Amino acid sequence: MLFDYYTLKIIWWLFVGVLLIGFALLGGFDLGIGALLPFVAKNDEQRRVLLNAIGPTWEGNQVWFITAGGALFAAWPLVYAVAFSGFYWAMLLVLFALFFRPVGFEYRSKLADPRWRTAWDWGLFIGGGVPALVFGVAFGNLLQGVPFQYDEFMRPTYTGSFWGLLNPFALLAGIVSLSMLIMHGAVYLQLRTEAELNLRARTAVRWFGLIFMAAFALAGIWQGFGIDGFRIVSSPDPGTAFGPLAKTVEVAAGAWLQNYGFYPWMMLAPVLGFGGGILAIVLSSRDRPGFAFVCSGAALAGVILTAGFAMFPFIIPSRTAPNGSLTAFDATSSHRTLNLMFIAVVVFLPIVLAYTGWVYRVLRGKITEEKIRENTHSAY
Amino acid sequence: MLPTEGFVDLSRWQFALTSMYHFIFVPLTLGLSWILFITEAVYVMTGKEIYKDMTRFWGKLFGINFALGVTTGLTMEFQFGTNWAYYSHYVGDIFGAPLAIEGLMAFFLESTFIGLFFFGWDRLSKRAHLAVTFLVALGSNLSALWILVANAWMQNPVGAEFNFETMRMELASFKELFFNPVAQVKFVHTVGAGYVTASMFVLAVSSYYLLRGRDLAFARRSFAVAAGFGLASILSVIVLGDETGYVIGQVQKVKLAAMEAEWETEPPPSDFTVFGFPNQQDLKTDAEIKIPWIGGIIVTRSLDTPVPGVKDLIAASEERIRRGMRAYGLLEKLRGGDRSPANIRQFKEDQENLGYGLLLKRYTPRVVDATEDQIKQAARDTIPNVGWMFWTFRIMVGLGFYMLVLIGLSFYFCAKRVLEQKRWLLKILVFSLPAPWIAAELGWFVAEYGRQPWTIGGILPTFLSSSTLGMGDIVGSLIGLILLYTILLIVEMYLMVKFVRQGPSSLHTGRYHFEQVEAAARS
Repeated sequence: MLFDYYTLKIIWWLFVGVLLIGFALLGGFDLGIGALLPFVAKNDEQRRVLLNAIGPTWEGNQVWFITAGGALFAAWPLVYAVAFSGFYWAMLLVLFALFFRPVGFEYRSKLADPRWRTAWDWGLFIGGGVPALVFGVAFGNLLQGVPFQYDEFMRPTYTGSFWGLLNPFALLAGIVSLSMLIMHGAVYLQLRTEAELNLRARTAVRWFGLIFMAAFALAGIWQGFGIDGFRIVSSPDPGTAFGPLAKTVEVAAGAWLQNYGFYPWMMLAPVLGFGGGILAIVLSSRDRPGFAFVCSGAALAGVILTAGFAMFPFIIPSRTAPNGSLTAFDATSSHRTLNLMFIAVVVFLPIVLAYTGWVYRVLRGKITEEKIRENTHSAY
Repeated sequence: MLPTEGFVDLSRWQFALTSMYHFIFVPLTLGLSWILFITEAVYVMTGKEIYKDMTRFWGKLFGINFALGVTTGLTMEFQFGTNWAYYSHYVGDIFGAPLAIEGLMAFFLESTFIGLFFFGWDRLSKRAHLAVTFLVALGSNLSALWILVANAWMQNPVGAEFNFETMRMELASFKELFFNPVAQVKFVHTVGAGYVTASMFVLAVSSYYLLRGRDLAFARRSFAVAAGFGLASILSVIVLGDETGYVIGQVQKVKLAAMEAEWETEPPPSDFTVFGFPNQQDLKTDAEIKIPWIGGIIVTRSLDTPVPGVKDLIAASEERIRRGMRAYGLLEKLRGGDRSPANIRQFKEDQENLGYGLLLKRYTPRVVDATEDQIKQAARDTIPNVGWMFWTFRIMVGLGFYMLVLIGLSFYFCAKRVLEQKRWLLKILVFSLPAPWIAAELGWFVAEYGRQPWTIGGILPTFLSSSTLGMGDIVGSLIGLILLYTILLIVEMYLMVKFVRQGPSSLHTGRYHFEQVEAAARS
């Protein structure tokens, strides 16, 4: 084994974060552009510009999500089991919405019938907007704790309802994720388009950037002062193997701010969220979309880390049976599996990043309406 | 609280329907990606434009198919968590690893390069584009490898052990997991089936053009590539199918006995039942026709090794259930805190039978208080429905040999350059298009239904594996999936048929049938 069990548990918390942030950075702008599709593009050719700006690369981007799911299964099996079965209808909603994406991109422009194309445009809108919203709603619920417990053989049961997930705080978190991904998508659009679309993308960056920062600030205050956090009172040695029921947990006001008190450097995360957002808006309006894209990416990373740091080491706190909350120390796989998966990530992720970078370089450049007209039979 | 049987049944239906639906698209992707690579390689070597057109046209159909493969693959990843949560907890430590590695090593590769395959023609050199096509094919096939490593572990769970502290199975040896003999044979058998599917697809569509007398040069060349590739593939599928049977005979004796409707352990070498109606009630086969010796020779590759029959296997299960009850009792003590060294030692001795003890949970939640009748009933449960197994297996094998003859003839007439005179063969090929799909789906049925009553062979019973959800949840998701999948299938078939009919004219190069007809009409 390369590392002791405790270190690997921490590394895996970071890896899941890396995969989630990777998905937000790359898959995120695809989702955001999907959500913008019917509004920013006014005619068929403009819509095809949008689709072809992301079409050739979206598939690889979505694999970040699929791999994050697979990594969750392998590294945090209990989290995978509890989250997917507990949030059953939310997960199915995401799944059904995502159905429209592969077929939407591939099938939409294969027929010329405008009704056919409009139908797929709305499909791509759902496929982009719904997951972007639900991911935030899910995080909003994690922060409040989820009603679930186990029986004596560790069979998890979720006792809440689908509608219970749609509470005000969770919806606010949903607005944070939706608006930040739309902002991110709009910046990317600005980078890849010209003229009219470019200008509309800029407007979208400004508005959704502002909504994002307002919602993020509100959610931050609400999370810190309006929501009870969770805190571990006693636990077996985190370097050993144990189940979630072996520790004791208390619910306490302000507990989600505690980590920031212990480790003030964690404040960098919200700073990155706001700073990235502001810079993205400013740079976008000054027509520097490349830098703006880097900044909106930083904002995304900052937001995800803000929530992650607040909760660490909790992953899914249980509101109804706090001791059974899932943490990065007790919901993990065995030492051997974490080690194996660590090696897999360290070997393959750099390779993935290298060829992804190469593919983006080959496909770089502005997408224009002329180019769509020239390639009308082969373009998306 | 355990989920009710009705709930588990519906969860199984959902899993079966969604995975069989997924496998409508997967085999074509697996095989067609290599056919694209072959035609493009010929293009790069000879510089003949027609091979580029072939790559692009078959690539178009590949894309239509691939989109639904991706769509439905996502359901599979979600479903282990949404509907089989206890399974995910119980074996995620082992089962999750190959799935995650599949994403990292294979699916990233395939999905990142697929866009470049379609949109990189003018941006890459010929050789670089060929390399991209190769990576797409490699990625899709590596995906299959890791998925089958995961699936093979469900059939033959090697390299893992139970941990009573965490109440789950944990990885003991990645090497054993990866080199699982079932994984090796299943991988080659399954991708081979994919290659056959793609070959039959290209053969059937090309035959359609040949019968219609249009785009002949294009169709002939496509036909030749598919006939060659298909012949090599169907031979390896059949050889590896036989190898699969041999490995199953080693590690999944119950499945094998069910496939062969072998009720009694016959003196070796045992007979092979060609025909009959298995009767599970009385443990015998009605109206059976047997060929002596063949069964034993195929299954054990020897003249003196017996093939255990259903009756003996039930007796063996009964014994393991009794030991499993003991293991379960000890586990309860350990979980209750009584961790004396004697308990731990005893538990370690019996823990490999714990899964058999869990089979009793269906009849008595406490397990240790099971009656003789309940034990007998649980032992009988370990045998899947023999009638289904017997017949689906035979139809699959029959279709395999049917395709061997068909592809063999195609190859022969193609090589003799008399193909277009054999219109009967071309017609049969068009109508045989569904054959590889039927065979592949039946193959999965034999593999997965034959694993019952287990999700993880001998370790975790299916009825314990599900999530704890309401009946309304599963009914709702099943209806939603059926509805969406039906719409998507109609759309996909519509596009597929439309582009198949258009043929290479859909590339708008001006070189093919419909465009030439149009141009002639204009001038």
